[in-house]
Amino acid sequence: MKTRGEHLLLVIIAVVVLAFVLAPLFLMFATAFKADENQILRDFGNANAFWVWPSEMSLENFRQVLGNDTFPVLRYMANSVLIVVSIVVLGILVNSLAAYALARLVFPGRNILVIAVIALIIVPMESLAVPLLLMMNQVGWVDTYQAQIVPFIAHPFSIFLFYQFFAVLPKDLDEAAYVDGASRLQTYWKIVMPLSLPTIATVAILQSLEYWNAFLWPLMVTRGSDVRPISLALAQFFGTPPPIWGDVMAFSVLMSLPILVIYIAFQRWFIQSAIGSGVKG
Amino acid sequence: MAGLALKDVRKQYGKVEVIKGIDLDVADGEFVVFVGPSGCGKSTLLRMIAGLEEISSGTLSIGGRVVNDLSPKERGIAMVFQSYALYPHKTVYDNMAFGLQLAKAPTSEIDAKVKRAAGILHMEHLLDRKPSQLSGGQRQRVAIGRAIVRNPEVFLFDEPLSNLDAALRVTMRAELSKLHRDLGATMIYVTHDQVEAMTLADKIVVLEAGVVQQAGTPLQLYHNPQNRFVAGFIGSPKMNFIPVEIAEAGSGGVTVASADLARTLIPVAPDAAVAGAKAVLGIRPEHVTGGDRPVTFKGRVELVERLGHQTVVEVATAGGATVTALLDGTTLVRPGETLTLGFDPADAHLFGESGRAMERFHLPEIARMTRRTAA
Ligand SMILES: Nc1ncnc2c1ncn2[C@@H]1O[C@H](COP(=O)(O)OP(=O)(O)O)[C@@H](O)[C@H]1O
Ligand SMILES: [Mg+2]
Repeated sequence: MKTRGEHLLLVIIAVVVLAFVLAPLFLMFATAFKADENQILRDFGNANAFWVWPSEMSLENFRQVLGNDTFPVLRYMANSVLIVVSIVVLGILVNSLAAYALARLVFPGRNILVIAVIALIIVPMESLAVPLLLMMNQVGWVDTYQAQIVPFIAHPFSIFLFYQFFAVLPKDLDEAAYVDGASRLQTYWKIVMPLSLPTIATVAILQSLEYWNAFLWPLMVTRGSDVRPISLALAQFFGTPPPIWGDVMAFSVLMSLPILVIYIAFQRWFIQSAIGSGVKG
Repeated sequence: MAGLALKDVRKQYGKVEVIKGIDLDVADGEFVVFVGPSGCGKSTLLRMIAGLEEISSGTLSIGGRVVNDLSPKERGIAMVFQSYALYPHKTVYDNMAFGLQLAKAPTSEIDAKVKRAAGILHMEHLLDRKPSQLSGGQRQRVAIGRAIVRNPEVFLFDEPLSNLDAALRVTMRAELSKLHRDLGATMIYVTHDQVEAMTLADKIVVLEAGVVQQAGTPLQLYHNPQNRFVAGFIGSPKMNFIPVEIAEAGSGGVTVASADLARTLIPVAPDAAVAGAKAVLGIRPEHVTGGDRPVTFKGRVELVERLGHQTVVEVATAGGATVTALLDGTTLVRPGETLTLGFDPADAHLFGESGRAMERFHLPEIARMTRRTAA
């Protein structure tokens, strides 16, 4: 049992940590809704930076960001959605199939393959960027969507997460389905995947976060606004002096919304899977 | 419906042979139980019949057709797993319907079959539930229902009752027996529990280390075990084994003696028994009674367990054997006392040095019958 003192200490720590996590978010939302740039600059010096009074709220910044002719924000947004949704959907299929094969099929070299996949988790994107760019040049994919999608469908960490889940999923279920007349693929699609929803949610959230925020690779492989993602556009927008904070924050809010929606949509499963894996140890 | 035939069926994992040449015939509609200690290969053999494990060599036929290379579905089998293996995300209805849905059966037909199976198992009210909302016994029923729906030639069960509590096990055992009578299907059932084997089987196949030790009706195995392993495995409490020496072997039987027993004529065919050879006398606890029997011996009472209707007594003889006796529930006996026990040589079994049983002259009529003629 914890004493009252310990309990209090824990609560204080939790509040402090929470404050650190939430403060930037509050700042972003509050600033985005303040129309008066001078007011914003004044508020940055005090606690008002984290708050906007409902009476002061305005959508002016959003109007400016979305109405900027030289800067097609909605186009960037659509690009990002297309790229991330493609990566996530194809990634779930490819990575879970790979993991299913590794967890269920018996073939020579299987264990080495599993180890190789796990080892690949630690290879950072940055170290692959240059050779990958050369490859894209070779196949003429520079400045295309597929250059931003295809290299990222296979995702070692997702394979690993699926593999871990399949490894503890009772083989009896596969066998029962086989006796019922299901093929391997039918078993995968009708039995294994529906049971993997928590893992699917985890993988979907991790991958969408990773690629929604992607920066280096799109910078290298795209030229104009046609296929550019919003992450890159934000950096560009931000980097054009002088910074107009209200617009920058409105842009940031726009960029954060889809990821927030995804998180809220999947969070029930996501948390479930985090709890589930915690219990199993 | 169909019978099965196994001819010299073997299974190797790498260099290790776990099923070592099984020859077995299963008649159409028979209830066959594979029984044996843990790790003897029962599940492996069942899974080979199911088509879940490859058959390394030998042939398996179902209904006269060699099925070695066919998938479970093509073999016309259905299997009930020890873990039940219900699909957790599907309702009871869909668990049972899954096989038919895969086969693209018409919805009306699926519905009729699922409802019929649910009716047989009294679980019409459970059809909309998920497996997690069911008790152990109900899950068991769903697993059996899933098998019934597929209308298989052969039902296969792998220790289906082992996850249930003792009371439910007895109920389900009776239900399975009734189900077998109602459906008239061929069933193969794996268990390590000899009581389940005795109560359910038309034919018991005793396995040890991948070899069939004996196959026969429950009472054949009980009254006429062919070797020490089967004698020790079938029956509870276990048969007593008393080391003896053969004094004389003739056409009238084999005379044995030991430190505890005076010379006793056991009415069994002598086979190759010769005077002076060692042997083992087997006598079941239920045939060991008070000192008024033809053969008696003395021992010190080590253990007394009173079950009410019976008293289980364990005595240690001067010759070093431990003998268990099932005595009347009202027998007055205390640990430490010296007790005189006795038995009728006609009830005794005699095993040669190799463990093989010598054929008994006196077998009860019931031991010669099949289950159906006896019932
Ligand atoms: N996949 C396998 N690889 C190697 N050995 C196995 C495998 N499956 C079972 N065995 C071995 O085969 C023997 C029989 O196992 P099993 O059929 O499960 O026994 P039972 O069901 O009678 O308890 C055991 O010794 C077991 O270790
Ligand atoms: Mg087993």
